[in-house]
Amino acid sequence: MNVIALSWWQLMMAAGLVIALALCTFLARLGVGRSLLIAAARTAIQLALVGLVLETLFAVGSLHWVALMGLVMLLLAGREVMARQSYRLRGGWSFGIGTLSMFVSAFSVTVLTLVAVIGPEPWYAPQYAIPLLGMLLGNTMTGVALGLERLTESAWRARDEIENRLMLGQTWQQACSGFRRNAMRAGLTPIINSMAAAGIVSLPGMMTGQILAGTAPALAVKYQILIMFTIAAGTGFGTFVAVSIAARRLFDGRERLRLDRLYPAKQ
Amino acid sequence: MANLKLHRVAIGDLEDVELEISPGEIACLSGPSGSGKSRLLRAVADLERHRGTVALGDRRQQDTPAHQWRREIMMIPAESAWWFDTVGEHFAQPMPQALAAVGIPEDAASWPVTRLSSGEKQRLALVRALSFAPRVLLLDEPTANLDRESTAQVEDWLRHYIREQKCPVLWVAHHEDQIARVANRHLRIDGKRLLEDDAETAP
Repeated sequence: MNVIALSWWQLMMAAGLVIALALCTFLARLGVGRSLLIAAARTAIQLALVGLVLETLFAVGSLHWVALMGLVMLLLAGREVMARQSYRLRGGWSFGIGTLSMFVSAFSVTVLTLVAVIGPEPWYAPQYAIPLLGMLLGNTMTGVALGLERLTESAWRARDEIENRLMLGQTWQQACSGFRRNAMRAGLTPIINSMAAAGIVSLPGMMTGQILAGTAPALAVKYQILIMFTIAAGTGFGTFVAVSIAARRLFDGRERLRLDRLYPAKQ
Repeated sequence: MANLKLHRVAIGDLEDVELEISPGEIACLSGPSGSGKSRLLRAVADLERHRGTVALGDRRQQDTPAHQWRREIMMIPAESAWWFDTVGEHFAQPMPQALAAVGIPEDAASWPVTRLSSGEKQRLALVRALSFAPRVLLLDEPTANLDRESTAQVEDWLRHYIREQKCPVLWVAHHEDQIARVANRHLRIDGKRLLEDDAETAP
């Protein structure tokens, strides 16, 4: 591998570009300079910290620490799913459903991929497990958040339709089937789009990174395809589980629409 | 044919509602806005949580699967919702005679739902509900959006249907003259209670 080492002053040059951009937006009174700088600073600090954590983790490499890291990532992702909902389920259900569905999909797909496809020694080797899990969690999180958002928002808005369907004797599954389908589609659209556009419109970030870091393109492509497929599976199963549980939770045992279980999040 | 029975039903402000409606009987329900007329209908249809028991004959609400209960004890809301593209897709079976009886052309089944007026929606919602052949009707101001002529048509058609099918009916009505025309019994909501008003009843 012929990696060209990146030194800090080279990063400073890239940072200079961002600062120049911020200066321009400030002069043009666009009002985004401040949030741009904060976001850039957050990127630098957060990634540097993660780098430290990963260095330590790679050095230790025990299953316990890898599992703990995975758990922390999962809980943060669950919190993020909840934070993105404009209507949340009461009693912590939004957090619970988000976390559970990502655990079911992202974790199992990661473990499956590690054990059955990549096969590092040991299977939980952190340099494979953590990036794979991170990538899966990040994408599954988007899918689950979009799916749940679409479902709860449309239930909130289409209350009349759902109840009118119930009045005509439809089961709760029939009454919300259209909304469930739309929610599933909303969750899966991003990954379907990025799979369809991969390589034509954009070179996926991970592949680009690998090529820049010196991997042969053919190998980078294989890894990228692997990642795309696992992300699609993880997002799909995660969204399916989340939308199914949330749809069930919107109705009670007597198949009544229970919008009192939702509350609008403060914007 | 079975009686619709309410025993100690409580929902919202209403408490201890006792009511028995026999087959073919129309019980009109009136009361000020916000007194809980629609919510009582929702309780009977089991669309909202409530206390007490509701039964059709020996069959109790809680012993019947909810969707099956609602298909038989059918509530028709004041404002209906439509989800398919055309009217006819919402019907369980073609209803040419019912459409004629409420003064709507037979080709209404192919009308797009986006072009329906509020009066057409209200009449079509009644026809839609009856296409499922319910055993009990819970009508929430079924003529609120109709002019005098359509109101008379709909009243005649409903009364005929109810007499023929022997449905127990709970009918939320605002106007005293309508109550006088259609009701066999008149119930009024007064605060927490449901009172029987014996004064006016239809022949």
